[in-house]
Amino acid sequence: MTTQPITTSKQLGFSLSEKQLPLLLLLPGILIMVFVIGFPMLYSLYLSFTNFSLTSPTHQFIGLQNYAKLLFHDSLFWAALGRTVLFMTLAVNVELLVGLAIAQLMANAARGQGFLRTIMMMPMMFAPILVGFQFKWFFNAQIGLVNNILYTITGQPHFIPWLIQKPLGFITILLAEIWMGTPFMAIILEAGILSLPAEPFEAAEVDGASGWQKFQMLTLPMLMPFIYTAMAIRSLDLARAYDVVSIMTGGGPANRTELIWTYVNRLAFGEHQFAAGAAMSYLTVILSFAFTWYLFRNLLQARWGGGRG
Amino acid sequence: MAAKISPFKSYRRTVRTSRLAQNIILWAIVLFWFLPVFWIILTSVRIRNEIDAMPPVWIPSGFSFDSYKIIFGMPTPEGAFGLGGSIPVINYARNSLVIAFYSATFAIAIGTMAGFAFSRFAFRGKNNLFLGFMLVRAIPGIALSLPLFVLFARLGLSDTIAGMVITYIALNVPFTTWLMDGFFRSIPEELEDAACIDGCSQWSAFVCVVLPLTLPGIAATTIFAFLTCWNEFALASVITRTPASRTFPPALFEFTGQFVSDWRGMTAMSVLMLIPAVIFVALVQRQLMEGLTSGAIKG
Repeated sequence: MTTQPITTSKQLGFSLSEKQLPLLLLLPGILIMVFVIGFPMLYSLYLSFTNFSLTSPTHQFIGLQNYAKLLFHDSLFWAALGRTVLFMTLAVNVELLVGLAIAQLMANAARGQGFLRTIMMMPMMFAPILVGFQFKWFFNAQIGLVNNILYTITGQPHFIPWLIQKPLGFITILLAEIWMGTPFMAIILEAGILSLPAEPFEAAEVDGASGWQKFQMLTLPMLMPFIYTAMAIRSLDLARAYDVVSIMTGGGPANRTELIWTYVNRLAFGEHQFAAGAAMSYLTVILSFAFTWYLFRNLLQARWGGGRG
Repeated sequence: MAAKISPFKSYRRTVRTSRLAQNIILWAIVLFWFLPVFWIILTSVRIRNEIDAMPPVWIPSGFSFDSYKIIFGMPTPEGAFGLGGSIPVINYARNSLVIAFYSATFAIAIGTMAGFAFSRFAFRGKNNLFLGFMLVRAIPGIALSLPLFVLFARLGLSDTIAGMVITYIALNVPFTTWLMDGFFRSIPEELEDAACIDGCSQWSAFVCVVLPLTLPGIAATTIFAFLTCWNEFALASVITRTPASRTFPPALFEFTGQFVSDWRGMTAMSVLMLIPAVIFVALVQRQLMEGLTSGAIKG
């Protein structure tokens, strides 16, 4: 079934052709995004071809030098890119597993859903930079909550430098991001589970299927579109991860927790190479675009391709 | 007879015990997830020596509101520690609320229009335009911060509430459009057609039939838009400079230095920022679930 325009200009009472109305409805959104996002992105595209810096008053056009330097002479860029992809993959999968468990259990729960849901959503309500401060404090080597718990359990003081040691730093920023992102996953998946049709489950009940069998054979396959959507949205959020990491470790020490956007920030503002930072954000944005296009192309087909779904 | 009934009885018993087990696991996970929040709230009302005590003190012997006094610049027994009186928290709170309110409202109005256009009309380049909306979401605030700062400085929008509202509307439009498109698609067009046959104009069919049905969807969208505005940091920190427009997140950053030696200010600020969000979510979480369940996010 193809989507037919149902609103005609005569019925609306003013003279608009059927082609003009949707464009008119879309215009405010397009205009505001061009103004706030389009223009600045064009400006930074221009700057990425110069040697613009916040500290020098003049700048010259230097062509593709910034890009060439990043692609061929900057191992930190590639390391940060790889780390971001690893970060995204790990976080989104853990969030999916925990979120799915919470969603299924919450959907089964008879009472207290509203209360549980509100409590569960609290990590979502904190500003990411606050989550950064909170986890920086929890994992503080001297007075952090985690080391304090270890102290009480083992009876002797521990001063584990969670944010500094080699694999631990990466794990702690991962934990903070997972803590913050799982509720979103749980909410979307719970909505998905609640919207599934009841008949297959009733039929399975009659056939004596166990809870686990129902989950595996019915819930999971039918939930796939929701899982796909939730993962797509979270992956994009994680690809933009900046606030939490920037507060917790700032990408350090020695770039051990450097993600792509903390590195952009370090280059552009910390090392006063704004043009290089702009070039790097462009490369990253192009990669994200490719990733978004890949994710949403499938979603779009499900949306309008085969009728309403 | 009895032999026939017993399998059902034992089945029912298994169901009941597994229900109980499931509830216990659910509460355990949710409470574990809530633990950091609980610890923040508790610490914000604890006595300072007990927070930093070595070995750690877990059960508070008393409570104190010094951390809130510090935030509001009121004198504390130990004296202010560099923040006293200097932080216009009331201004920040007002700015944050005003900006979040206007941005979310406009973003939803614009997203509703765009979502309606995407869901009900066929036009050329529709898929590409929709994809374009989604691509905007892939650009993080940090990539926009400097060029937007330059642009706003030239137009006199720096450090104004209007500048912040415009920025946040643009940040939210892709997501609100996407959600609203889904909500509209979950409402059968036949409903509108029926209303038209009954003599409604197309416009009144939209206002009287379609819009009320999308209200839960609008509530769900409002939550996400509100939280994005309330918590955004990267752009707020470059666009706002003074208490005239500065919001909570960049304001927090101002006293980072103090946090390192005294985390109470951070915990109190966290709780203050959490309150409006919790009230809001508690009020609309039912509509949120209803809205999301209507099929908007599927595909």
